[in-house]
Amino acid sequence: MQMTKQEYSKLVDKKSPPSKKLKNCIFAFLIGGAICTLGQLLMLLYEKAGLSETQVKMAVPVTLIFLACVATGFKVFDSIALIAGAGTLVPITGFANAVLSPAIEFKSEGHVMGIGAKMFSIAGPVLVFGLTAGVVYGLVLSIFRLF
Amino acid sequence: MPQRTGHTLMLPSKPSVTGYAAVVGKKEGEGPLAQWFDKINEDTTVGESSWEKAESALVRDALALALDKSNNPPSAIDYLFAGDLLNQCTGTAFGLRDYNIPYVGMYGACSTMALTLAQAAIYVDSGAAQKCAAATSSHFCSAERQFRQPLEYGGQRPPTSQWTVTGAGAAIVENAGPGPYISAVTLGKMVDYGIKDANNMGAAMAPAAADTIKTYFEDTNTSPNDYDLILTGDLARIGSDLLYELLGRENINIRDKHNDCGLMIFDLKKQKVNAGASGCGCAATVLCSYVFEQLRQRSLRNILFCATGALMSTTTSQQGESIPSVAHLLNITI
Repeated sequence: MQMTKQEYSKLVDKKSPPSKKLKNCIFAFLIGGAICTLGQLLMLLYEKAGLSETQVKMAVPVTLIFLACVATGFKVFDSIALIAGAGTLVPITGFANAVLSPAIEFKSEGHVMGIGAKMFSIAGPVLVFGLTAGVVYGLVLSIFRLF
Repeated sequence: MPQRTGHTLMLPSKPSVTGYAAVVGKKEGEGPLAQWFDKINEDTTVGESSWEKAESALVRDALALALDKSNNPPSAIDYLFAGDLLNQCTGTAFGLRDYNIPYVGMYGACSTMALTLAQAAIYVDSGAAQKCAAATSSHFCSAERQFRQPLEYGGQRPPTSQWTVTGAGAAIVENAGPGPYISAVTLGKMVDYGIKDANNMGAAMAPAAADTIKTYFEDTNTSPNDYDLILTGDLARIGSDLLYELLGRENINIRDKHNDCGLMIFDLKKQKVNAGASGCGCAATVLCSYVFEQLRQRSLRNILFCATGALMSTTTSQQGESIPSVAHLLNITI
């Protein structure tokens, strides 16, 4: 054919519509912000209920994770995420969904090789690099503290 | 006997499609072609316990309906050509294992309907068989879990992505019958234009379609004006646009004659499928319902059906490989 690969690559870039970044950003801000506001409200609520600071710091993420899992189980999380994008992905809700959704999906392959083996197929890399980053940060901090 | 000119096989006995059927899922049943499908499953699981079993049930039903419509029992069929998208083509094997028909499993990704129908027609025209069946399927949920993310994972799809059709199509080809007839077949070369984005399959497959369509026109000395419709499989919006550009460079203009199954089966905007539809079931269900019916009713008389397939896997995509694609073409007449 007449068209070269380079020409074609440029043509594909021209013809392929990019994601609607501004719209995505606005929705991510609004829905992500709403989730964080909910977290803040929960914090105030738990403080009022008389929980200690340590307990509150535990109870807020546990509640958000619980809500994200319920939403995932009832098949509404993905519909919200379709609009929210990073708004549901970045808060702890995204992590909960990333663990639960493969667990539901691979239930058909059994409890061990299905749910057990696949549960961290999406969240696994986040854990690996999250922990690695934590170790590096800790090392840097302890080296600086030596001086 | 098939006669070869260039890469195109002319089939002088004009094997006839005697029965055809399309079975689809709920979303497809809500689309613009709903009235043409033989069976619409309101339940995406098709009453089965896994998505893979659901896909197998679709192709099993499609073949049963096609056999019925051609008035053939399974034992009358000499060979069955079929395949699907799942690893080791299990959708097909597990769905059709009880039919007791000699089975030729084929993988052509989303080009499978054209590939299997072409083989069926070539076997019949050559005299190797009198009656053959061709079938293929895809299921949105089984494809998602193999190629992409779990269903409930909260992610966004890029605008270039396509929606895998839940559906199966089957056709019976015989040495005589009321038509539509398969007059010629062009089996395509693998073409790789360096596209690596598995979320832009139309772009990966358009060069393969362009190559096969150009080859067919050259081999048969015909032009787009000789046909009522040039129907591609699942190039969708971006791929179709790119196909016009690629063929435009070869001085072939198909714009007025072209349509794409990936643009026909869903209402792109209303049903939120981004660039359009894809999957083996896309070309299969559109061909084995609406298109064959239009040919039978003589509102179409001479068409080219060119289904395209992207031949990558999740492994090759993760390893950063570009996507080789293939397109097979059939000239279908009445």
